[in-house]
Amino acid sequence: MCVVGIINYLFIYCWSCKGTRGPPTSGAPPVSGAQNYSQFGQGENQNGPPPMGAPPQRPPVSQPYTPGAVNLPGPQHPYGQRFGAPPVSMQHMTNQMASMQVGSTAPSPAGPGYAPPSVSQAAVSAPYTPAAPPTFPPASTASSQPLPTEALAQAPPHSYYGALPPVQQPFQNAVPTFSSAGPTQPQAPPPVSPQSFPQAPPISQPPFSTAQVHPGPTQSYRGPLPSTQSSFPRPPHPTSQPSAFPAGPPPTSIPSQLPGVMQPQPPVSQPSPYHSGPPTTSTGFPPQVGAPPRPSFPGMQGPPMASQGPPMASQGPPMASQGPPMAQANHILPTQPGMPPGPINASLSGPPPQPGMQGYPPQQNGAFGQVRGPQPGYTGPYPGQPNYGAPPAAPASAPAAPKRLDPDSIPSPQASDMPPVQKTRHRIDPDAIPSPIQVIEDDKANKGSEPFTTGVRGQAPPLVTTKFQVKDQGNASPRYIRCTAYNMPCNSDMAKQSQVPLAAVIKPLAPLPPDETPPYLVDHGESGPIRCNRCKAYMCPYMQFIEGGRRFQCGFCNCVTEVPPNYFQHLDHTGKRVDCYDRPELSMGSYDFMTTVDYCKNNKFPQPPAFIFLIDVSYNAVKNGTVGIVCQELKTLLDYLPRENPDVESNIRVGFVTYNKVLHFYNVKASLAQPQMMVVSDVADMFVPLLDGFLVSVSESRVVIESLLDQIPEMFADTRETETVFGPVIQAGLEALKAADCAGKLFVFHSSLPIAEAPGKLKNREDKKLVGTDKEKTLFQPQVSFYNTLAKECVAQGCCVDLFLFPNQYVDVATLGVVPTSTGGSIYKYTYFQAPSDQERFLNDLRRDVQKQVGFDAVMRVRTSTGIRATDFFGAFYMSNTTDVELAGLDCDKTVTVEFRHDDKLSEETGALMQCAVLYTSCSGQRRLRIHNMAVNCCSQLADLYRNCETDTIINFFAKYAYRSVLSSPTKNVRDSLVNQCAQILACYRKNCASPSSAGQLILPECMKLLPVYLNCVLKSDVLQPGADVSLDDRAYLRQLVSTMDVAESHVFFYPHLLPLQKLDVESMALPMAVRDSEERLSRGGVYLLENGLNIFLWVGVSAQQELLQNIFGTPAFSQIDPNMTSLPALDNPFSKRLREIIESVRAQRSRYMKLMVVKQEDKLELIFKHFLVEDKSNSGGASYVDFLCHMHKEIRQLLS
Amino acid sequence: MSTYQEFIQQNEDRDGVRCSWNLWPSSRLEATRLVVPVSCLYTPLKERPDLPPVQYEPVLCSRANCKAVLNPLCQVDFRAKIWACNFCFQRNSFPPSYAGISEVNQPAELMPQFSTIEYIVQRGPPTPLIFLYVVDTCLEEEDLQALKESLQMSLSLLPPNALVGLITFGRMIQIHELSCEGIAKSYVFRGTKELTPKQIQEMLGLMKPATSGQQGKPLAPHDAAAASCIFLQPVQAVDMNLTDLLGELQRDPWPVPQGKRPLRSTGIALSIAIGLLEGTFPNTGARVMLFTGGPPTQGPGMVVGDELKTPIRSWHDIQKDNARHLKKATKYYEALANRAAVNGHSVDIYACALDQTGLLEMKCLSNLTGGHIVMGDSFNTSLFKQTFQRVFSKDYNGEFRMAFGGTLEVKTSRELKISGAIGPCVSLNTKGPCVSDNEMGVGGTCQWKICSLTPATTLAMYFEVVNQHNAPVPQGGRGAVQFVTQYQHSNTQRRIRVTTIARNWADAQSQIQHIESSFDQEASAVLMARLGVFRAESEEGPDVLRWLDRQLIRLFMFHLRRSPFLQVFNNSPDESSYYRHHFVRQDLTQSLIMIQPILYSYSFYGPPEPVLLDSSSILPDRILLMDTFFQLVIYHGETIAQWRKAGYQEMAEYENFKQLLQAPLDDAQEILQTRFPMPRYIDTEHGGSQARFLLSKVNPSQTHNNLYAWGQESGAPILTDDVSLQVFMDHLKKLAVSSAA
Repeated sequence: MCVVGIINYLFIYCWSCKGTRGPPTSGAPPVSGAQNYSQFGQGENQNGPPPMGAPPQRPPVSQPYTPGAVNLPGPQHPYGQRFGAPPVSMQHMTNQMASMQVGSTAPSPAGPGYAPPSVSQAAVSAPYTPAAPPTFPPASTASSQPLPTEALAQAPPHSYYGALPPVQQPFQNAVPTFSSAGPTQPQAPPPVSPQSFPQAPPISQPPFSTAQVHPGPTQSYRGPLPSTQSSFPRPPHPTSQPSAFPAGPPPTSIPSQLPGVMQPQPPVSQPSPYHSGPPTTSTGFPPQVGAPPRPSFPGMQGPPMASQGPPMASQGPPMASQGPPMAQANHILPTQPGMPPGPINASLSGPPPQPGMQGYPPQQNGAFGQVRGPQPGYTGPYPGQPNYGAPPAAPASAPAAPKRLDPDSIPSPQASDMPPVQKTRHRIDPDAIPSPIQVIEDDKANKGSEPFTTGVRGQAPPLVTTKFQVKDQGNASPRYIRCTAYNMPCNSDMAKQSQVPLAAVIKPLAPLPPDETPPYLVDHGESGPIRCNRCKAYMCPYMQFIEGGRRFQCGFCNCVTEVPPNYFQHLDHTGKRVDCYDRPELSMGSYDFMTTVDYCKNNKFPQPPAFIFLIDVSYNAVKNGTVGIVCQELKTLLDYLPRENPDVESNIRVGFVTYNKVLHFYNVKASLAQPQMMVVSDVADMFVPLLDGFLVSVSESRVVIESLLDQIPEMFADTRETETVFGPVIQAGLEALKAADCAGKLFVFHSSLPIAEAPGKLKNREDKKLVGTDKEKTLFQPQVSFYNTLAKECVAQGCCVDLFLFPNQYVDVATLGVVPTSTGGSIYKYTYFQAPSDQERFLNDLRRDVQKQVGFDAVMRVRTSTGIRATDFFGAFYMSNTTDVELAGLDCDKTVTVEFRHDDKLSEETGALMQCAVLYTSCSGQRRLRIHNMAVNCCSQLADLYRNCETDTIINFFAKYAYRSVLSSPTKNVRDSLVNQCAQILACYRKNCASPSSAGQLILPECMKLLPVYLNCVLKSDVLQPGADVSLDDRAYLRQLVSTMDVAESHVFFYPHLLPLQKLDVESMALPMAVRDSEERLSRGGVYLLENGLNIFLWVGVSAQQELLQNIFGTPAFSQIDPNMTSLPALDNPFSKRLREIIESVRAQRSRYMKLMVVKQEDKLELIFKHFLVEDKSNSGGASYVDFLCHMHKEIRQLLS
Repeated sequence: MSTYQEFIQQNEDRDGVRCSWNLWPSSRLEATRLVVPVSCLYTPLKERPDLPPVQYEPVLCSRANCKAVLNPLCQVDFRAKIWACNFCFQRNSFPPSYAGISEVNQPAELMPQFSTIEYIVQRGPPTPLIFLYVVDTCLEEEDLQALKESLQMSLSLLPPNALVGLITFGRMIQIHELSCEGIAKSYVFRGTKELTPKQIQEMLGLMKPATSGQQGKPLAPHDAAAASCIFLQPVQAVDMNLTDLLGELQRDPWPVPQGKRPLRSTGIALSIAIGLLEGTFPNTGARVMLFTGGPPTQGPGMVVGDELKTPIRSWHDIQKDNARHLKKATKYYEALANRAAVNGHSVDIYACALDQTGLLEMKCLSNLTGGHIVMGDSFNTSLFKQTFQRVFSKDYNGEFRMAFGGTLEVKTSRELKISGAIGPCVSLNTKGPCVSDNEMGVGGTCQWKICSLTPATTLAMYFEVVNQHNAPVPQGGRGAVQFVTQYQHSNTQRRIRVTTIARNWADAQSQIQHIESSFDQEASAVLMARLGVFRAESEEGPDVLRWLDRQLIRLFMFHLRRSPFLQVFNNSPDESSYYRHHFVRQDLTQSLIMIQPILYSYSFYGPPEPVLLDSSSILPDRILLMDTFFQLVIYHGETIAQWRKAGYQEMAEYENFKQLLQAPLDDAQEILQTRFPMPRYIDTEHGGSQARFLLSKVNPSQTHNNLYAWGQESGAPILTDDVSLQVFMDHLKKLAVSSAA
């Protein structure tokens, strides 16, 4: 109850804010709905009917409203006052909402503006209002608000939509809706806000003033959102528009840019289309451009079209009516159309806003749907989302975008000063804000079909979530390299101004799908690869041959180098060598070089590498079964050691060590009848007791090895030794490799904190009291320096360490992980390992880890054109100087993120070039060079930069950056600086690229419209904002894990993939469209699959259809589902088969095997599951998406003011 | 006793004692003038088949600082059942068990023929013998194979209940766990890191019993230490395991680069062996048997670096103080030896290599603990194989000719004090009333520890007459010495052997002739030689020679001066150590052979006859058999050699020649059979390269310098600058009469 009360207050507050804006109209009604939502969010049942909240909210709303309204006008300072003003909520506000409020400021403008903004585009707005009014009474108010709303713009999502003029219209409608949404959100937000806010408050205040509107929104994000939405639309548009626009609209072809831009434009051009467009966009942007989009989504478009501006509004209602249908076929058209209407209808407030949000609408719809009828609405939304096709919206917005709507919106909201209305608006409809799902689906639709050719410089690749084929035409495949920006600023001033990180995420040995050609192997003969004389860059397509081919000029440093006689070739009339296309190094982005002995350590060709298995046999390890499992598995696994030629035996030699307090080496020489164990108890000064017979070829020593693996579990079955060592274990492996003079990999299977007397001995330092303090960083730092030194030695020898942990308690991953993370190794952690349930996961990880392609003793160097320089590196490696990334081992899953900075100017003509060269020893012992070349454009206009960014990569970079920063700064500072940088990015965009608009609008670049939601996911991740149940080990583990993730992994890690299985079509190979990670979007009647790259959850709603349950679990009864199962029963029905296929294929995509957990709704396990619903407020205090968006907006406004 | 000769012989047979003087000068002054100190050679465990041990405890004098054992020299009052100690004159009553004592019913220890008597006593539970093999694996394949076979063979020779252990070493040291089935386990140590005994015991898991949980089933518990020790197991239990283990023993797998010696961690291996025994079986008889094929080349105790271009130290280097590792290594091994000695463990060294193996540095291990040193060229020689086999030889009772953990205590009557002992012993630093301040050999104590004994082990004991000239000993008084040796018999019994001897005092002024005639020239020679060797070990060579020259004892000294015991010329430091080692522990007969090798001559002219160890004895028609203790040389004279080459011995008509050839072989075989260690057996002929062994020993009465002898049928000239005996004697005479002497 209290919560509710608070919520109400909050709402009120928001309302007040909103009120100021005047969104109230919509707001009021929505509120109720919103509340319900929120309740759902908070409560357990998303599905749960919202009504409850609604009433209470309203009242408060009204009150705050007025005050809010007041506030609105007054910027930050006023804020406080405002608060005061809105007597009711004031306090709450300050406390909780405060930060949220930030948004509120926006809201005020936004609230009103939102709709307006989107609508803003004058025309749009006009229609809007009409539409809105019609739809919802509140809408009308909303309409008025819309204008202000625009300001709020947070709407970034909206923006997409908003961008679309038509959208806007809907927006207006939407706005109201929004407001309604707002309410819903409010509920959620309130709780969230309180926490998050607290932090924000200080900041918030000022922002507040500025973003008064926001406050509103923040509080009830939705509230603000609505407003934002409107504004959002604009931003996107702007962004997208700029770049995309030009070509965009018509060009549709340019997916990346266009989508965003395009949409906007199209919308612009065709307001009506927009409406329809949005949906369309989602599906097929191209169509977006013109009418096509609409056509594509007939249904969708239809409605929107018709209504377009006004129609929208009308649509809205229709939607509602459609609502039901929606539910049924969330699918595209219906939903969308329905959606908007639906929302409207349903809880007038909620749905309507969506419409406003073009792209969003769908989502919103979904949300609405939920609100109304959980699932139905749901599904609806999704389908709708696609429709949102934000794109369409975008287009719409685009048109709008150009103008940014702001003006309109701002004035309108403020002007309108429709307190009540505003209130309503304040609530931000989650469906109105940019939806990751929508973006993903759009990208799939737009870019998934055509192969991506890398020949064009500065072309952003499809998103990591899109399946596509790559054709290497001179630049590295995005599977190898992804950049944060494909159009770099020409000079450092621009870069500094924009704050957009310039980074590349490089996965040098990334595996390719079967339909793509692996890199060719180039052999330049005895003299080795041909390189630039000065900068030593390797021969690549950027080398310009001159003087008839006798010399070449380096693309990186411009130095001219003689072409060796044996490499000479004539040039054709275009100046290209005639053999250009015969030579991979002249025509491809990625290829391998054979090297000469000069490239080898000590000028000696390397020995084949070795794998050493080091198995903990202390009491814990024996008891939890790992010893037996490992030994059993190794017997077969050894046949699958990596090899280059599948027909030949692997050259890799193997060795075995077991240990507890002492180490046991095994002599498994082929000539022995029995293995011999050699105990080394001098752990203080580790050495390898034997040479011959320790590292052996599997095929030669098979019998002895099997005998050994059979006996190890027996030998230690009765052990009573509980203490273990760890440092000496790695030293042992290292010494063995040293003795054998080869590189290699250690597989360490370890169970407990190494407390035995030995180098690297650790003590238990787990102290949760430090969490949140300035000393928190020490928990991420190793507690002794021993392992750093050891890691250095390992790297020098090319000794990579993979660590498998099976802890029952604190093992200090932060310290134990130093060596693995410095040597290019991996850490696998199986807390509370129990053989029956965890065995499969562990074994699959082990198999993959042993079998995967890996290079040893690698050195990576990134060369760049003059003007930029690789300055910082993130990943699992060691650096002894500032340029060479040394990786003792580099496997196909490892990623290195490189940050670039200007040290001079770049030219737009030549663009920026980078060449990543990795020298490594292959698993057969060959010394090779892997070369990846990448060229990106350079721009002198910031707009170009913003148009060619990739948010997923930026997030990857931010996460790695932040996760490294926790080593040296308090996590709070890290979070703040992240938010700050993000705000600067967006503010810079707003300032320089978006046309003038109301400050209340949140305008996001099309390419970055998901930045806030993803950033929020990073901010509330366990590492940066741990819940009480997150152990230090888990945090250290995740911290290290993320440091080597590629973009696809980090994407799904931060924004888990949530599939509604009830929508699974067993006949089709396609997966149902994912839903957003929010509890509101779960239907009680559904079953969902959630995966984040580490875990798979199967969430079962309490009222899931019996047939569904029967198909999946073989039992129709919810209560009979065993929550402890780790795999689904193999049932002979198409659904079960298909589902298991899906799970398998999802697992196959990830580098780590994901254990399946079945989560029953309302079961206690659900708490864990909810942790992954990242759009919701988290238990640990992480803001909900809506709240955060408002907060962002506030920050931005603060920066702009 | 008719003559001193007989007396001496009788005493030796009965007590294993040979005194330098059999009448003792009655005052310190007179004793000093005699030059050769009052001293004796004592063989504590001299085999006495005729002496059955008695199964009761000895009766001790009740005086706290005396504790002498009741002996035939004590005066007994049978009525009062009281006896008077002949050392301190304390009157003691007999214990209750002697109630039935009477003049006709005397216990054995009172009977004169039992001046040496052996008691079997109960002292705690019997502890099994322990044999810990420490095996170098840096050997040539052939050598290693031979060694493995010898070791496997030895398992069958060990007492079945004996505990065995195996340590192998090369670059690393492995202690093998013997009780395990399936996987062979061993603990490995690095050869370069010195570990404290505590660390070693911790690392072997000896500190906390049964912590590791990886040992097999509980063992038959002898005691806690035994139970926890997985490295030492009864032979009978692990016979098969150990045989297999030895069979699978590989050469040290670490590659030896060109121009390097293999890395051999002998120092640490020994330290681990000693540490292991120290931690598990302190004060229990144990043999650490080191089999090494080369010098320690790394870690503490290294004797030479692994660079082949740096040769191992020679006497020349040592004299030039150019032996880098010598002092450090010696110090290291001495510390080890002392630890082993304290715990009653002995260390044998079986060093088989063509080059030196660092015996100079390691000798103390055996010298102080009573262990054997055997030096050979290869493990694949009969010298090693048979010598090793002989270590486990048994006596007439079928018991091993070895004893452990001996403690020798000496008690003297008041006129005498003990100055010291020379032999395979260490001082126990027991001060007592009979300890002289004047040390000779290992002195300052009346108790010595002899960790390992054989029936041949002989110590030289030196006494000091402390009676003042003006306090004459009563006429007819006798001085007495009692040797009490407690030891662990090879059948694990604890035994005590008590030998009590007495000699008459004589006034040197009035009875000088008697004293003269009681002089035992042989014993004195050996006793003086031991002193000389003892000094040679601790002092510079020339000084010792000079000292010896001043002491002179007839012609023995001539040979002694030339012997490898004092002369290092032509011998490596290892050889010198080896010779000296044996010299200070063998009994008198063997010692004499060592000093003055025996030369037999075989010819058609008569039965074999001993001839002078002189170059004049080397004649063409003779076969010579020389026994230097360490070498057994059969030398065929020029003519004989030619005949043999011509194959006359194959012809029936020259049967006699065949017999002549066979005779020395048979005699040599006889010697070979009994001697420990096996001598180097050399069969050579005139002009043969190995003839040098003979030529270097004989008195160079004819050399290339005195050519007048050439062409005579009188022998072979020796190419040497050494003086001949004749010259030596002439010089000696001159010195003897000069006042400066």
